[in-house]
Amino acid sequence: MKFTEEHEWLRDEDGVIVVGITEHASEQLGDVVFVELPEIGHSVTKDDEICVIESVKAASDILAPLDGEIVEVNEAIVDDPGKVNEDPLGDAWFFKIRPADPGQMDDYMSEAEYKTFIG
Amino acid sequence: MPELKRTPLLGLHHEMGARMVEFAGYEMPVQFPMGVMKEHLHCRAAAGLFDVSHMGQVIVRGPSDNGAAAFEALVPQSIAGLAQGRQRYAFFTNDAGGIEDDLMVANRGDHLFVVVNAACKAGDLALMRAGLPGCEVEEITDRALLALQGPGAEAVLADIVPGVREMRFMDVIVAESVFDGLWISRSGYTGEDGFEISVGEGQAENLARVLLAYDAVEPIGLGARDSLRLEAGLCLYGNDIDATTSPVEAGLDWAIQKVRRRGGARAGGFPGAERILDELDNGAARRRVGLAPEGRAPMRAGVALYEGEAGASPVGEVTSGAFGPTLGAPMAMGYVPAGLSAPGTRLYGEVRGRRLPVLVADLPFVPANFKR
Repeated sequence: MKFTEEHEWLRDEDGVIVVGITEHASEQLGDVVFVELPEIGHSVTKDDEICVIESVKAASDILAPLDGEIVEVNEAIVDDPGKVNEDPLGDAWFFKIRPADPGQMDDYMSEAEYKTFIG
Repeated sequence: MPELKRTPLLGLHHEMGARMVEFAGYEMPVQFPMGVMKEHLHCRAAAGLFDVSHMGQVIVRGPSDNGAAAFEALVPQSIAGLAQGRQRYAFFTNDAGGIEDDLMVANRGDHLFVVVNAACKAGDLALMRAGLPGCEVEEITDRALLALQGPGAEAVLADIVPGVREMRFMDVIVAESVFDGLWISRSGYTGEDGFEISVGEGQAENLARVLLAYDAVEPIGLGARDSLRLEAGLCLYGNDIDATTSPVEAGLDWAIQKVRRRGGARAGGFPGAERILDELDNGAARRRVGLAPEGRAPMRAGVALYEGEAGASPVGEVTSGAFGPTLGAPMAMGYVPAGLSAPGTRLYGEVRGRRLPVLVADLPFVPANFKR
C-alpha cells in the first residue's frame, strides 16, 4: 500500500489501483455526509480534482493520484457516506484506476513514511 | 492560537478531548470525541450540555423602574408588557431598519437580564449605554452560561433545582442551589426543550461536571449547535440576519408584538420604525426562506440561487447551509424575492459550477419540542 501527501491510500490489485482516503483524513474531515465520484471510463490526469467529499464541516476535493482511466467506483459510499468514517481503509474505497504509467506509484510514501508525515 | 479569551470551562473542554477553534475571540469547542453527527442526534434523543459562556450577559436597571419602558426605544418588542419572570426574543434595530443583534430579554422584577451574541457584545453594550439614558447597563463578567438542551434536560436539572419542573417555555427564575445562585431560563437554540443556566464562574465547572455525570448528558460543541439551530429554523446573527436585513425580510414578524405595530398603544418609537412598520403592513421585497436541496449535496452559505437552470443573474443567496442529521438530508436558509418565496417553489443553487435543484421549504425542518 502507498500513501499520498493528500492523505489517499493506493492499493495495487493485479495492476488496477484501488484508491481511498486514510483514517487520519477521515478523522480530520469529521462525519462525511456527501460523496461525488468520477464517471467510469473517464480518463484522468494526475492532480485533477475528480471527487468531492463533504463533511459536516466543509467540502474538500480528492485528486487523481495517477494518470489513467477510472474503471470502477464505489456507489456504496454515495448511498451511505458515513461508511467513509467507519471503514476508510476497507469497504469505503472511492474508485479504481488503471494507471497509464504504473511507475508513478513509486512517487508515493510507504506506510511507515506516511506515519512519519502525519506525525 | 493568538491571545484568545477563555470561558471558565476551558480546562474541562481540553480534558474531555474537544477540538478547539476560535469563535468570536474565544477558544471554544467545535466538537468532542463523539463527533458532530452523534452529538446532534444525542441532543435530540437525550440531553446535551453546551458552553455558551462567550455570550454577553447584561443587567439593565432604570432610574425608577427596571428599564423596560426605556428599552423599547431600542427594540420593536413589547418589553414594558413582558411579565415578571418571563423572557422574550428581541432584536436591536438600526435607523435603516436592519438588525444590529438578536437577543433575549428577561423581566426579573427590579431589573432586566439581557443575553446577547458574543461577536456583538461590545457594540451592544455601547448601543445600550447610549440609547438608555439614566439607566444602569452592567456587563456581567463573573458568570458562565451553560445550556442544557434536549428531552432529558428537565429530569436532570430537576435533581439540582426541583423548581424547574414548574417552568414553562421562556420562564426565568433565580434559584439557590449547591452551586450558589443560578439564573435559569427555559429556552435555548436547538428547537428542543431545555434550559440556559447562568452560574458563577467559580461554580461553573462543578455544575458542568455534575450534569455530565448523568448518562443522559453529553457535551456538545459549536458544530452540532449550528446544525441543531438550523434544523430548528433559527437565525444565526452575521449569517442569516445582519445590519442590512430587516426583521420582515428575515421572517421575524412574529417577534414584533401588536402593541408596537401601527394602531398599537406603543406603536413605533424604535430605530428604523418607518421601514419596519411599513413592511409589516405591506410585506418586504425579499424573504428569508427554508431551502431543501433535492439532491444530497449540501448548499452552504454563499451559494447563489437562480430561478432557472441556465442564464439570468442570481435571484438570491444561501445564508446558512449544512447537512441535517435528524432530517437525514441537506438543508439551508437564504433570501429570495417575495414572489419566489412560496414553499414548493423550485430554484437552483450553483454548487461547483453546476445548478442543482432546491425547493423552498417550510421552517423549521424539524418540529420544535418546547414545553409550552
